[in-house]
Amino acid sequence: MEAFTQHTGLAVPLDRANVDTDAIIPKQFLKSIKRSGFGPNLFDEWRYLDHGEPGMDNSKRPVNPDFVLNFPRYKGASVLLARENFGCGSSREHAPWALEDYGIKAVIAPSFADIFFNNCFKNGILPIILDHDTVDLLFKETEANEGYKLDINLEQQTITRPNGEVINFDVEPDRKHSLLNGLDDIGITLQQEAAITAYEEERKKRAPWLFNN
Amino acid sequence: MAGKTLYDKLWDDHLVAQNDDGSALIYIDRQLLHEVTSPQAFEGLKLAGRKPRRIDANLATPDHNVPTTDRTKGIEDPISRIQVQTLDDNCDEYGVTEFKMDDIRQGIVHVIGPEQGYTLPGITMVCGDSHTATHGAFGAMAFGVGTSEVEHVLATQCLRQKKMKNMLIKVDGKLGVGVTAKDIVLAVIGEIGTAGGNGHAMEFAGSAIEDLSMEGRMTICNMAIEAGARIGLVAVDDKTVEYVKGRPFAPKGEHWDMAVKAWRELKSDSDAQFDKVVELKAEDIIPQVTWGTSPEMVKPVTGTIPNPANESNAVKKEGIERALKYMDLKADMPITQIPVDKVFIGSCTNSRIEDLREAAAVAKGRKVAASVKLAMVVPGSGLVKQQAEAEGLDKIFIEAGFQWREPGCSMCLAMNADRLEPGEHCASTSNRNFEGRQGQGGRTHLVSPGMAAAAAVYGHFTDVRELELQPITGGAH
Repeated sequence: MEAFTQHTGLAVPLDRANVDTDAIIPKQFLKSIKRSGFGPNLFDEWRYLDHGEPGMDNSKRPVNPDFVLNFPRYKGASVLLARENFGCGSSREHAPWALEDYGIKAVIAPSFADIFFNNCFKNGILPIILDHDTVDLLFKETEANEGYKLDINLEQQTITRPNGEVINFDVEPDRKHSLLNGLDDIGITLQQEAAITAYEEERKKRAPWLFNN
Repeated sequence: MAGKTLYDKLWDDHLVAQNDDGSALIYIDRQLLHEVTSPQAFEGLKLAGRKPRRIDANLATPDHNVPTTDRTKGIEDPISRIQVQTLDDNCDEYGVTEFKMDDIRQGIVHVIGPEQGYTLPGITMVCGDSHTATHGAFGAMAFGVGTSEVEHVLATQCLRQKKMKNMLIKVDGKLGVGVTAKDIVLAVIGEIGTAGGNGHAMEFAGSAIEDLSMEGRMTICNMAIEAGARIGLVAVDDKTVEYVKGRPFAPKGEHWDMAVKAWRELKSDSDAQFDKVVELKAEDIIPQVTWGTSPEMVKPVTGTIPNPANESNAVKKEGIERALKYMDLKADMPITQIPVDKVFIGSCTNSRIEDLREAAAVAKGRKVAASVKLAMVVPGSGLVKQQAEAEGLDKIFIEAGFQWREPGCSMCLAMNADRLEPGEHCASTSNRNFEGRQGQGGRTHLVSPGMAAAAAVYGHFTDVRELELQPITGGAH
């Protein structure tokens, strides 16, 4: 996983609540057995005017000019501003894979769905929870100022607005550590092998029926 | 000190290590695998040169991509075919037990787990699918994970987790005739919203929950995720134990006695503290129909579609307006006037034998309305299908004009060939009515199996309580 330390990027405002993972990456693209290549189909049904299927040449498809990601001023955006309960619905990790492949490094919202939130950290994307009023302020400023960039520093847990004002955010220490160092979660868990084996031996005694298949 | 909740007990029982950074290492007893979220996990394992830790802790079946029509020619869509083939290859290579597409035991992961007795009280279970919450109906800690965590469990049999908060949904009283588990859970989501359970494990309790069959409890826990909760739970009682007994993977002999003794403890203590409590009266629940593009956009069948003019919250107001536009519905219109183009009875929410009996009781002696283009019944597994056929339910459906299909996820998420065309309204027993969920431009209305069958017969939503139902004979499972 790529580490996330500091990132300065153009913000794009996706102004709707309860954006679900079906919207982030529609089901027909989940047939891929790869982890990469989902970026061109991020928000596929909103981004294009035709029906998308795997294998299509996305550069030739008609884009929806009314969808915010297609506005020329947001081209190259890497910080997604979102509303309540972003990422609700299915557990598909294809959702953060699509965001990551598109170039999104951080998502800022008042709240996230639990599984999506967790999946982001596994893929080098920083989901940031801010209170409703602060998110609202960022929406207004982004919409009012072309080229509005946010400077996100994970070590300091700060977001610096173009005017120099700083917003602090919370992040759980273990998630921060993994993301800052781009650590392999499985590798970390395997360091606790002795504890896992000890638990397993004890569990075999307490619930032997779970080991008899 | 206050007592423990069921979730507290399950958590404590699976705690391998409490780490200094606030995270915990939790042991995962069992994992279910399907073709969509496992290929990249197996690939990751191979790339890192790692081996699965416990092959016996995994059970696999293809469900999302499989055709529900004639399977003798395999899967027509080459991309779907490769995905299912990849699952088969991975299971063969590592020796994972898999019910392949032509196996009578194949079906939706969340149907076959309980059916096989693979889902057991007191276990932790994960699957790369958010509806893993279903298995909490057995007093198990079951939750959906992403593919990275599927790989993590394959490699370590553990997950790093944060303990969630406890939420109690208490439903007391008696449900009216024609009102089902699906209506309870839709009413709960309508009450607390799709984010209402975020960060919580959600236990369902109260006399109305105790009265439900295991199938009904599975329907409720299945949709805990639609209320934002990764985990749904119901305490173990006699029904739980009776359901599990004798199933292929259930403990036998002295292990059975030992297991049942342990399972009897799987309930929240009477003095347990919950962080949030929501109470509903069963008598107040009316058959539910979703009208919008989120499961929280739900109304009783006797109600009307909301008017955005009455909403003061700007984000919500815009949400209603957007949903009405997408669904092509008018504010204040009665729910019963919404026309239905297609009907889907199936999915991990409502494709078990009891669900099919409930729909058959409506379909028996009636005909699908001429205005309905397609009404289909997709059993949750090959064994559900077999039992339904033994009870003659297939004949009831076929005579009424429904199509009787092979088991799989089907039109719940439309990854296979079963889908809505743009603009079509569908009465669906599935779990999500998001934009495009059942096919691009499709308009989904979530309902119970009885309500779906009634919509098929009348061509629009109809209060199933007003219909005379035909008795369907069928014993306990």
